[in-house]
Amino acid sequence: MAWTREEMAKRAALEIRNGYYVNLGIGIPTLVANFIPNDVDVTLQSENGMLGMGPFPFEGEADADLINAGKQTITELDRTSYFSSADSFAMIRGGHIDLSILGAMQVSEQGDLANWMIPGKMVKGMGGAMDLVAGVKKVVVLMDHNARDGGIKFLKNCTLPLTGVKVVDMIISDLGVFVIENGTATLTELASNVTINNVKEKTGANFKVDENLLFL
Amino acid sequence: MSKVYKDATAALDGILSDGMTLMVGGFGLCGIPENLIAALRDSDIKNITAISNNAGVDDFGLGLLLQTKQIIKMISSYVGENKEFERQYLSKELELEFNPQGTLAERVRAGGAGIPGFYTKTGVGTLIAEGKEHKVFNGETYIMETGLKADVSLIRAWKADKEGNLIFRKTAQNFNSTMATAGKITVVEVEEILENGELDPDHIHTPGIFVQRIIVSRDLEKRIEQLTTRPKEAV
Repeated sequence: MAWTREEMAKRAALEIRNGYYVNLGIGIPTLVANFIPNDVDVTLQSENGMLGMGPFPFEGEADADLINAGKQTITELDRTSYFSSADSFAMIRGGHIDLSILGAMQVSEQGDLANWMIPGKMVKGMGGAMDLVAGVKKVVVLMDHNARDGGIKFLKNCTLPLTGVKVVDMIISDLGVFVIENGTATLTELASNVTINNVKEKTGANFKVDENLLFL
Repeated sequence: MSKVYKDATAALDGILSDGMTLMVGGFGLCGIPENLIAALRDSDIKNITAISNNAGVDDFGLGLLLQTKQIIKMISSYVGENKEFERQYLSKELELEFNPQGTLAERVRAGGAGIPGFYTKTGVGTLIAEGKEHKVFNGETYIMETGLKADVSLIRAWKADKEGNLIFRKTAQNFNSTMATAGKITVVEVEEILENGELDPDHIHTPGIFVQRIIVSRDLEKRIEQLTTRPKEAV
């Protein structure tokens, strides 16, 4: 059985270390916040101008002036600070954020990422994704291994316009975990009841299999 | 000379022209200058180039100016919430220049600070880098981006004093404080205008030199795009 979205988010949460400043993207990455262990002290950054993001507000207590980058209402914490978009991206581009977890349409075996447009079809924009992958110390992609129509997303080369070149350090999909280092992808963990051959059938990229591959 | 105007229409009087470049603060619908956008829609100004992180939604925010086709070009980082925008862009009625959000913020900051260009790693190797100067610093490749200025910046703050010193509230600051610096004329709408001396000078986000005209917002809707809550836990 491949991992559920919650299991993927739980696995991604293990990448968060004590003391980290972390930016979580929209979609499955947002779920990661629910699985951060209590003994890990982490500060979540929201690129619209906030450090120290709290949980969703209680019913009836939402504040229109307090949203995250996904435009969802949120709350503040004791440690929270607010700042301008320029300061926010000074944090991101200046290398002050430890970890970025974001979604992808395509990733290449070299770690190229595409997640912002499909020419002629979908025009949404890159938002802060290009800045995050260029400036954050570690970039983790959290995505379904294949598109809804079965299309291959982990490829030899991306076919969609890129968000960044050689920027992805790790992919966590519903089938397992890949580490990308020096332009080479290595399968390091497999989801329960998924085989290496299953992964190969659903992947266009070349990848090595770690000699200490974990079967989870 | 008083910076305080009686309403949005009065505050925009004499500073609008066809083909002008406009910066509009806000992130999504958070912190947008609602009254000023409505007054702009009610003006007959056309062919606006709008610099704004997002394009509003179909029936609110900058979406109102897209409905009336007053905008011919947008410089934005994300427009995914607006179907009419996507339609106008794909049918080539509207020109769009995508900027990465940090590049957009820094272009505005640079423009306001009199810096004509800067280098960034963001976008290297992507469509964004095409046609731009590349330069290597310490073995890493960067691209040159230019500063942005506007004829008029429309922003929203929480409180102003009569001098135009501004304080923003929570994440409604976003692009507003930086855009205040990059408009030849900056018009701000606020929830409250105080006497000089009533704001703590140590807490000012935007000094009054960057603000030329001030109004109090009327009937702020403060629409929420994604209302997300959790049930109250039993105590």
